[in-house]
Amino acid sequence: MSKDVIVADNLSKMFGDFVAVDHISFQVKEGEIFGFLGANGAGKTTAMRMLCGLSHPSEGRGTVAGFDIYKQSEEVKKNIGYMSQKFSLYDDLKVWENLKLFGGIYGMSNKKIREKTDQLLGELGFRNERNTLVKSLPLGWKQKLAFSLSIFHDPKIVFLDEPTGGVDPVTRRQFWEMIYQAADHGITVFVTTHYMDEAEYCDRVSIMVDGKIEALDSPFMLKKTFEVETMYDVFLQLARKAKRSDS
Amino acid sequence: MKQFLSFVRKEFYHIFRDKRTMLILLVMPIVMIVLFGFAITTEVKDTQVAIFDPSKDVATQHIRDIFQANEYFTIAEELSDINQINDVFKKGKINLVMVFSENFADNMIHTGDATIQLLADGTEPNQASMRVGYAQNILSTYLRELSLAGGRKASFQIAPELKMLYNPQQKSKFNFVPGVIGMMLLLICAMMSSIAIVREKEMGTMEVLLASPLPPAYIIIAKAIPYFTISSFNLTTILLLSAFMLHIPIAGNLFCLIGISLMYIIAALSLGLLISTIVDSQLAAMLMSSLVLMIPTILLSGTIFPIESMPVWLQILSSIVPARWFTEAVRKLMIQGVDFQYVIREFLVIGIMIVVFIAIALKKFKIRLE
Amino acid sequence: MVIKYLIAKEFKQIARNSFLPKLFVMLPTVMLLIMPWAANQEIRRLKLSVIDNDHSTFSERLVQKIVSSGYFTLTNISSSNDNALHSVEAGDSDIILEIQDDFEKDLVSKGISNVMISANAVNGVKSGLGSSYLENIVTDYSADLREEYGLNNGPAGRQKFNIAPHYQFNPHLDYKVFMVPALMVMMLTLLSGFLPALNIVGEKEKGTIEQMNVTPVRKLPLMLSKLIPYWCVGFLVLTYSMFLAKLAYGLVPVGNLMIIYVFASIYILVVSGLGLVISNNSATMQQALFVMFFFLMIFILMSGLFTPVASMPQWAQYITKLNPLKYFIEVMRLVYLKGSSFMELIPYFCSLCIFAIVLNIWAILSYKKSI
Repeated sequence: MSKDVIVADNLSKMFGDFVAVDHISFQVKEGEIFGFLGANGAGKTTAMRMLCGLSHPSEGRGTVAGFDIYKQSEEVKKNIGYMSQKFSLYDDLKVWENLKLFGGIYGMSNKKIREKTDQLLGELGFRNERNTLVKSLPLGWKQKLAFSLSIFHDPKIVFLDEPTGGVDPVTRRQFWEMIYQAADHGITVFVTTHYMDEAEYCDRVSIMVDGKIEALDSPFMLKKTFEVETMYDVFLQLARKAKRSDS
Repeated sequence: MKQFLSFVRKEFYHIFRDKRTMLILLVMPIVMIVLFGFAITTEVKDTQVAIFDPSKDVATQHIRDIFQANEYFTIAEELSDINQINDVFKKGKINLVMVFSENFADNMIHTGDATIQLLADGTEPNQASMRVGYAQNILSTYLRELSLAGGRKASFQIAPELKMLYNPQQKSKFNFVPGVIGMMLLLICAMMSSIAIVREKEMGTMEVLLASPLPPAYIIIAKAIPYFTISSFNLTTILLLSAFMLHIPIAGNLFCLIGISLMYIIAALSLGLLISTIVDSQLAAMLMSSLVLMIPTILLSGTIFPIESMPVWLQILSSIVPARWFTEAVRKLMIQGVDFQYVIREFLVIGIMIVVFIAIALKKFKIRLE
Repeated sequence: MVIKYLIAKEFKQIARNSFLPKLFVMLPTVMLLIMPWAANQEIRRLKLSVIDNDHSTFSERLVQKIVSSGYFTLTNISSSNDNALHSVEAGDSDIILEIQDDFEKDLVSKGISNVMISANAVNGVKSGLGSSYLENIVTDYSADLREEYGLNNGPAGRQKFNIAPHYQFNPHLDYKVFMVPALMVMMLTLLSGFLPALNIVGEKEKGTIEQMNVTPVRKLPLMLSKLIPYWCVGFLVLTYSMFLAKLAYGLVPVGNLMIIYVFASIYILVVSGLGLVISNNSATMQQALFVMFFFLMIFILMSGLFTPVASMPQWAQYITKLNPLKYFIEVMRLVYLKGSSFMELIPYFCSLCIFAIVLNIWAILSYKKSI
């Protein structure tokens, strides 16, 4: 019986009168790859930011790695990794410098940082880029690096916010290989995306429409329930009801 | 035409929706006028005097009385020891120390060796010079009166009569306000407009605009119009505030004044345009306008620092600062009330600058488009 | 210590920035080597217009004496008041000296005559000092005449005393002495106060600050790591400026150098706190820049940098009590020119400490890792 590492209970976020996230509830199990889908503007990023402790919930509660996201947000942060939409690497730092910085922040010893850096660079094939400034890397490489950085300190859970934006399909596929590897090592992956084909790669998927969760199940079950062939079709069915479109 | 107006409206929205931009555009000119009108002064208000008097006789007492009676001087302290002088200055309350020589009255009549030392805190040179100057004038007048007293025949006394033209009370705001107008208009028209144009470039929407059927010239004009309007509004506000709050009336021809102001506004707008063709980011636009425009304007326009006191190379530099000519013209028109013929030179220079700036800006703009 | 990783990162980023290192060198160089030449409020080379209705030996000698004093350049000799006024209107003259037609005759027969000095008083300092200089020269001239004609023998002519002006701390009335220490303060404000704040807002805009907010790094080490490199730069630049001041102007602090560094440290804390407060409340660089610009202008004008605080009306002087620049500028001038000791400056130190505490607490409280 694997435990719930992420629990959302009636989580809501209001900006004035506008309800961005409308009382969502779900649980994510340890080791899962959980896809958080929805159109642009559906509220995915806002919800994820609440779980990461970047945003205070207006209503409702949540726990991540057993810690309350509102009252114990600093504890939450010790146990998670995060990769944002803008990749958030430091452009003007070298590859190894980014790794050393974040390794140090999460309390890894210098020895461990060195070892893992070597290992990581080897696995990614980045050995030659060790001393390259991040801004000189091609987009696909930056993305891989950003992901590796987010799990560098072996967090229990990693949050990925639209990690494959603007990247070609081949690189996207490679990226998901990396996600599988991480999941194999026991890291829970919480990923938001608006690419419906990526939904197929997840263990379970939730689809947000207008701030609410309209569907939550494995891709296989969803397709069966909605009697369609692809996740894309599942989404179309739900999106037709949506009032909020691209923001 | 409708398209053009919708662009103009969009530009106004950009401005009004940003509180901080509004702060600079509307609040800052008023704050500047209040500051320069009331707080920033170079006038010497009152001089606190400390006296060291080893003589203590009729003559020194008489002189003390004269100073005490003068509304600009206050005898604040009596020193007992000449070594106290530095300390008294360090404390910062005393501006001037008067030291009488010994046996003053005696020496005054018999030996001619009597001396009054006027020691001023030279930290701020002009203030010190003015205080000493006033004190010297008071003493000279006293001497002159002494020699005329008792019906004695005067000997080669020359009495100067003073007349202060245009600003009888020598209030510094008369000097500053024209310069403030120049600074504020430059800030609004050059800095703010260049940032606005560059913001469009940064966000990539400039290309969208250029791809629209509206000719590029109209786009630029659409961007300039809100700033032109706001500057005109600010100019009016400043002139009204000067007239009614600061009591600086417009002594000369209002039309001339408005004429040169409008020309200056256009010159500043063209400078803003020029800057926007050179830089690529808002930060760079801001830095460039402050470093290349605002600071030289503040320093070299003659607002605070007299141009004649600068070394020649800086005087030459100052002649390419539009604000310098504008400030001079405004001083003449607003404070001195001169006729148009005396500001023709300034009008011409600013006119030439407009042509030059726009020409360079257009050239650079065309290059970029290619 | 997590903070050492953060500080390492900040230093590297500053060094690799294409613009900042140049700014750190250029700004003090320009401010100290160019600005003091411009920022000279000294009144010199006033343009004099003379109307000599007498054309006598006496009147011509007076004019000679005035011209050779060096304060004035003779730009205009008119025959009438109207002409002279026109030259003032055109901006060709600053001050008019009019000698009446019976000048010599009256001096010899009646022993007294007068001259009329009309000054363009738009610039009150120019007219004040200009007319003062002229008056003094005229008085001197009259004393010269008396000396020549031996009218100083006998009790009537005897009564006189000498007036000896002396300028303490700045005997040559060099404006640079007044401006340079204050310019150093302005520079420190920009480099150690506003730049780090702009850096933080820049990260907010780019999104990289989020990557920090999501880590367990606490607010305090995060903010300190952003400030410390700029503090170091501030000290280095201050040292460099003092060195430049000595090299270019021979200007050296009369007082103790250590006092300057002590005050610089507390002042840097104050302005970086202020910068942080502004950046914490701004979402974009443009917003932060505008607010900083606004405050900087007001602070500089109300600090006594250009015009003395003592000349301001009471209400303005009260407002300057809230201006940290004022305190530090006064301290710099006191130490540089008057050689004040630390004990004498304690009240200033306390005021700056209060500012530092208030602003930095505000900065820490207003920095939000989560919104």
